[in-house]
Amino acid sequence: MRALSRSDMPGTGRSVGPFRFPRLRTVEAWLLLLPSVVLFATFTHVPFVRTFIDAFWSTPKGRRPSQFVGFDNWTDLVHDPIFWKALVNNAFYALGTIPVSVGLALLMALWVNGRIPGRGLLRMAYFTPTVLPMIAVADIWLFFYTPDYGLFDQIRELFGLAATNRLGDPSSALIAVMVVAVWKEAGFFMIFYLAALQQIPPDLRDAAAIEGASRFGFFRRVTWPLLMPVTLFVLVNAVINAFRTVDHIFMMTGGGPDNATNLLLFRLYELGFKFWDQGQASALTVVLIAVLSGLALLQFLLAGRGVHYR
Amino acid sequence: MMIPHRPLLAAPILVGTLLAGVASASAETKITFYFPVAVGGPVTKIVDGLVAGFEKDHPDVKVEAVYSGSYQDTTAKILTAVKGGNAPNVAVALSTDMFTFVDEDAILPFDEAAGPDAKAWFDGFYPGFMANSRTGGKTWGIPFQRSTVVMYWNKDVFRQVGLDPEKAPATWAEMRDFAAKTTERDAAGNVTRWGIEIPSSGFPYWLFQGLSTENGAILANEEGTEVAFDDPKVVEALQYWVDLSTKDKVHPTGIVEWGTTPKDFLEGKTAMMWQTTGNLTNVRTNAKFAFGVAMLPAEKRRGTPTGGGNFYLFKGSSPEQQKAVVAFVRWMTTPERAAEWSIATGYVATSPAAWATDRMKAYVADFPAAAIARDQLEHAVAELSTHDNQRVTKALNDGLQAALTGTKTPAQAMKDAQTEADRLLKSWR
Repeated sequence: MRALSRSDMPGTGRSVGPFRFPRLRTVEAWLLLLPSVVLFATFTHVPFVRTFIDAFWSTPKGRRPSQFVGFDNWTDLVHDPIFWKALVNNAFYALGTIPVSVGLALLMALWVNGRIPGRGLLRMAYFTPTVLPMIAVADIWLFFYTPDYGLFDQIRELFGLAATNRLGDPSSALIAVMVVAVWKEAGFFMIFYLAALQQIPPDLRDAAAIEGASRFGFFRRVTWPLLMPVTLFVLVNAVINAFRTVDHIFMMTGGGPDNATNLLLFRLYELGFKFWDQGQASALTVVLIAVLSGLALLQFLLAGRGVHYR
Repeated sequence: MMIPHRPLLAAPILVGTLLAGVASASAETKITFYFPVAVGGPVTKIVDGLVAGFEKDHPDVKVEAVYSGSYQDTTAKILTAVKGGNAPNVAVALSTDMFTFVDEDAILPFDEAAGPDAKAWFDGFYPGFMANSRTGGKTWGIPFQRSTVVMYWNKDVFRQVGLDPEKAPATWAEMRDFAAKTTERDAAGNVTRWGIEIPSSGFPYWLFQGLSTENGAILANEEGTEVAFDDPKVVEALQYWVDLSTKDKVHPTGIVEWGTTPKDFLEGKTAMMWQTTGNLTNVRTNAKFAFGVAMLPAEKRRGTPTGGGNFYLFKGSSPEQQKAVVAFVRWMTTPERAAEWSIATGYVATSPAAWATDRMKAYVADFPAAAIARDQLEHAVAELSTHDNQRVTKALNDGLQAALTGTKTPAQAMKDAQTEADRLLKSWR
């Protein structure tokens, strides 16, 4: 940011008239922003506007050119039971995975922040799932869940219980893939909490000790409020991930059985790249963006009030 | 940007595009060839070897072979390239994607491009494989890597429970009885070995088509505009499958994973399984017990769908390129090559002439199970394929899974699948 400091810039010092000073600075600021504006516009804004327009046009086929269809794609989407199923699944998926993975992350961070033997190893172990690619994780868990000789069933067999088929049963498949998501995410969020915990000045603890505060009181009155900015950040990310990470669905269930694990983004892939229905895929994209922006906005407005940045 | 020397290492579409761009500049004819890999083994190496052999025989043609992922990826890449105006000249893709390519106006029929003896060439292939290659009186695909569903059985288990180890079940009733005899439970009543497994994850319609065909139903018409999911014969077939797990208790409940079925069989967790012929080499290599391969059992008749990939010729190819593609496809499907390809991969050699070659004869003499898929071809029907294929197929898949997991009755599940398919196909009629 050196170029923006006033004294450095010829013609922008105090001696120059008040008209040229702000204009030059504005131009320079825009020039500095230009590369990212161009990139953002090319890869984010223009495609979004294009998608929004496409949502009102029929899917072009080699033998049937695209034509304006008004709200047809939208009414089709509303009448598609799989869309609603995916929406409900995704809501359940988000409500289930976010609190658990964030809560677990905080617990793990508090645990490995303390003075315990083998702390480095423990931290690494908790973080390992984050390093693994989701496809590899899904493959590992696929083995865990395999009926009869999968890890879980081998343990189960020791107690003489019957085999299970968690991924093959619509009542348990969604929960089974949610467990994978929590396992993968919690370690990632833990790192942020751990970093934040190490930022808390030790004198606060000393002061609290002198005041005779309990450990829980210290956590509730000091640690937790200081962790709020990180919590907000983690929550926003967790919400995005709950709608964005579907790699394991491809590997483990393919959205089945009978759409029991179909999530919005997976449905979007099906519509767009399996069925080549550009019109409906565009409409669903707009819905997905609206949902995500709405949730992010809500989080900043509601949770943002309770966050104190130092 | 540099053009990488080895196209396999780089983004296939981009390289394909660049190479197609420079093709016209040189004297020789250059064609781009996309191919998927759907079975285990060093398939890319085999394909590269075949391409090199073709180029040696045809020095005026240069083939850029581009590995394009799974079948799904390949179709996605092809359609993306077509929409961008850079279609490949030739590709191997699912035979069932024929309608998709026709509807996208992406492919050319082989009839004109192949010249005057086209009919004789087409007639050289098994009619069972040509069924998924033709519509509207034109031939759009040439069979290459094709398969059928077969039944594998564990002879040792059959012997243990007092069944004739050399005799596979020939009818539905027999399959149910044999499965009941081979299902084994421990003292607590937990199943330690199932009698039969028919996979139902991913693409249950393919295995189900074996059952529906055996019960005398045909799932779709040749034009790809009508389906018969709610045909009582189809519902009956589904009821039989559901009953195997819920009533007879000889088949696992819920969804049976396609990928783990061969493992279950090899581990002795199931006495019989329905699988693709493509797993023949895998089972042969890894089975620690005597096993047999049989045609699927009959109810009203024998039956199986075919499966696998065809060669397609793409629009946008110049007349020289079309000629080169035809020469390439003809070369790849000659009896000797078809035999070589079949032995290396486990796919079914696509023409009777290929089975008459000395190599194939020697292979079958050594491993008679390999001939089962061929003999079953006379009972084979076209794999389910319609307009808007993936979506119509999904309607059936969802219905099958709903019935198998007990969320819907077979009749209700098939009625819902029919309603959804009718809605999708309405505009194509």
